[in-house]
Amino acid sequence: MSTEIIQEARRQVEICNACRYCEGYCQVFPAITRERAFADGDITQLANLCHNCRGCYYACQYAPPHEFGINLPAALAEVRADSWERLSWPGGLARTFQQSGVALAAALTVGFAVIFATMQALRPEDGEGFYAYMSHTLMVAIFAPAFLLPLAAIAISLRDYWREIGGEFPRWSHLVDAVKAAGRMRNLDGGQGQGCNFEQEDRFSNKRRAYHQMVLYGFLLAFASTSTGTILHYGFGMEAPYGLFSLPKLFGVPGGILMCIGTVGLAHLKVRADKSLGAARVWGGEMGFIALLFFVSLSGLVLYAATGTAWVPTLLALHLGSVLAFFLLMPYSKMVHGFYRFAALVRDAQLKA
Amino acid sequence: MSQTNAAALQGPWDIIVVGGGNAALCAAITATEQGKRVLILESAPKHMRGGNSRHTRNFRCMHHGPLSVLIDSYEEDEYFDDLMRVTDGKTDENLARMTIRESEACLPWMEAHGVRFQPSLSGTLSLSRTNAFFLGGGKALVNAYYATAEDLGIGIFYDAEVTHVNIEGSRFTHVDVTIDGQSHRVEGRAVVLASGGFQADLEWLTRAWGPSAANFLIRGTPYNRGVVLKDMLDQDAQTVGDPTQCHAVAIDGRAPKFDGGIATRLDCVPFSVVVNRDGDRFYDEGEDVWPKRYAIWGRLVAAQPDQVGYSIIDSKSINLFMPSVFPPVVADTLEELAEKLGIDGAKLKATVEAFNAACRPGDFHPTELDGLATEGIEPQKTNWARPIDTPPYYGYSLRPGVTFTYLGLKVSETAQVSGPDGPLENVWAAGEIMAGSILGQGYLAGFGMTIGTVFGRIAGREAAAHVN
Ligand SMILES: Cc1cc2nc3c(=O)[nH]c(=O)nc-3n(C[C@H](O)[C@H](O)[C@H](O)COP(=O)(O)OP(=O)(O)OC[C@H]3O[C@@H](n4cnc5c(N)ncnc54)[C@H](O)[C@@H]3O)c2cc1C
Ligand code: SF4
Ligand code: SF4
Repeated sequence: MSTEIIQEARRQVEICNACRYCEGYCQVFPAITRERAFADGDITQLANLCHNCRGCYYACQYAPPHEFGINLPAALAEVRADSWERLSWPGGLARTFQQSGVALAAALTVGFAVIFATMQALRPEDGEGFYAYMSHTLMVAIFAPAFLLPLAAIAISLRDYWREIGGEFPRWSHLVDAVKAAGRMRNLDGGQGQGCNFEQEDRFSNKRRAYHQMVLYGFLLAFASTSTGTILHYGFGMEAPYGLFSLPKLFGVPGGILMCIGTVGLAHLKVRADKSLGAARVWGGEMGFIALLFFVSLSGLVLYAATGTAWVPTLLALHLGSVLAFFLLMPYSKMVHGFYRFAALVRDAQLKA
Repeated sequence: MSQTNAAALQGPWDIIVVGGGNAALCAAITATEQGKRVLILESAPKHMRGGNSRHTRNFRCMHHGPLSVLIDSYEEDEYFDDLMRVTDGKTDENLARMTIRESEACLPWMEAHGVRFQPSLSGTLSLSRTNAFFLGGGKALVNAYYATAEDLGIGIFYDAEVTHVNIEGSRFTHVDVTIDGQSHRVEGRAVVLASGGFQADLEWLTRAWGPSAANFLIRGTPYNRGVVLKDMLDQDAQTVGDPTQCHAVAIDGRAPKFDGGIATRLDCVPFSVVVNRDGDRFYDEGEDVWPKRYAIWGRLVAAQPDQVGYSIIDSKSINLFMPSVFPPVVADTLEELAEKLGIDGAKLKATVEAFNAACRPGDFHPTELDGLATEGIEPQKTNWARPIDTPPYYGYSLRPGVTFTYLGLKVSETAQVSGPDGPLENVWAAGEIMAGSILGQGYLAGFGMTIGTVFGRIAGREAAAHVN
């Protein structure tokens, strides 16, 4: 499977290297023109560098039904999805969750069940706020490993990726370059800020870029919220619940709102975009992942809004259940794209230098 | 076609634009911005719209100082001299200079109508001063113009081949257009003809060139069959340009019959020996730097038996030129390579050995005329002559690839077409269909899009003024 799709991507990349018309759209084409022959690892790297902006598809005079049949966004998307599955650790798990929204929903349900059951079985004697339903110690006991172990799995995969593409030890400047590219989603800006060709065919738009960044920054804010909460708890002995003007809430509430808007926006665009310009096989899993992120952020916001009501235990279980599913699925769902993309950007910064 | 579409086809229209490439779009947009109701009839289906324009990458632009992506300056006289050099003086000086001067205003106009530019592509640094490259190439340019045209409310019909442009006396009255197999008559108050050349009509080419034309490949769209040009010739419109000439370059012999575009070009010739079907060399492969000799090899190959050539290099040279779309044929011996290419092995070996024996020691410089020439063989190779002796050996087949034809409509400075008795009152032409008015022979990279943009805008403006 993976040799065939890599071979097809290589065929297309070689045609692009003879043509080069799309050089100005993204980082992929300059990376292509630096080479003449493409090893499997080079193709995997190009695939992870491609952000599926689709500019090169709509601009291509060789797009199907031309006999050259160039659909580079799809060819690279196939290689990319395949590389995440192939490199995932432990092997094989990813294929299911990448492809299937149903599997994601099932995982979510399991998450709910685990949390409900734990809350039933181990209801604390006392405790305030959320901790009245699940003790802080228990939460940490569940979520610390549920967060860190998947990260460790991702780290192993990334190491394998780095070997496959022949990466070198990154320097500070490479990281800075990659952070800048990701921070502005440079590869979705069409090269000149006009945006990408996602939901309205050959017309450019910055919507997808904007929604994606809402999710990205929303996620980082939510992460900052949890981190500051942890610091307050252990460093200063200040326990949840926190008021609106505490750091965890100042990060968390806007973060949750951004993620909600961003995920709804992305799902809306995804429905309108042409499936055949991505890896059609994983469309359901990608959509499922967007839905999961939406659920995580919405349930978090609702839970906060419901503070003090009788809904708290149920909402808490739903929220924590979805967070649990999200964490555990990080290496095996679309979430992993962020890690590979970042690695690809770092590698490209090395190669440019 | 549905009833609503059939009704929509009838407009009514002020101006009918025949064709859907660069020239047509520039004319249609310009006329619409003068408040006219404009119809575009494009014979290709939507996904193939844009004629040869969709294969282009840049246009040549005069400028007095840095302009958009263009560096330094490129003045009228230098531009004109460049043109005279490639056309051997077969140029209408008046029209050419006017076109050159107008090109400067084109660039900002193009940007204002959605076209984006990018710095010259890697491997084309020599053009960074003279040619402005389109971001994403010609298809992106065509897409941008169609989006602008849709926003302006221009009527656009695809799969709509114009079969007849009706002229009564010195006035145009209507076109006949075939859509879904059915012919419709559409009236308009003026017409702009922008339907390209006739290079996709292989029968016409065969009549002009003889039976060898059947082996030619057509680099661009299969839709430029010259139907409208022929119809105008039948109505005695005034023409210009040699009917037996076309612009042809040597491209990879494995390229598709139509629409292979730029990626099928081969840049290996100067570092190779080129033999014909019989294994004989036939021309100095190292005559000049490749961009200057690119265009003559179409003719050279066309004159060989079966219209085919084979460019042979060894591993010393494989990385010296832009990669091409098809991987080369590879072999460890010349005989094996010949067999794979379908030519006589012993003969190829003998030709290469004779060539190798004629090579002289000296310094090889791939990027400049290095004077490293053969001695004592015919034809001589006058630069980059290094023995072909380091396996693996690589071979590419070459075929003539036709870019465009020269015969076209003769137009005035205002893009107006003339009939047998002088100017036709309401008929204008733009682009390849009239390029012969300026360019009698040869070709200057990027000038086709310049002619189309300049004359498209003029035709649109004049037609709009006429229907006022
Ligand atoms: C591979 C290739 C690369 C090139 N690269 C460059 C370049 O980089 N720069 C440059 O300046 N020039 C380039 N040229 C030349 C350039 O393509 C032409 O000069 C230019 O596109 C001509 O524009 P046009 O609008 O006149 O014709 P076209 O773009 O060919 O448009 C003609 C249109 O008319 C339509 N048509 C034809 N017959 C009919 C009919 N009967 N009814 C209705 N519609 C009809 C066709 O479908 C087409 O849409 C290149 C040419 C080729 C083949
Ligand atoms: S996608 Fe098409 S137009 Fe763009 S570089 Fe590749 S072959 Fe050329
Ligand atoms: S889809 Fe966009 S990011 Fe990917 S290769 Fe094409 S232009 Fe680059």
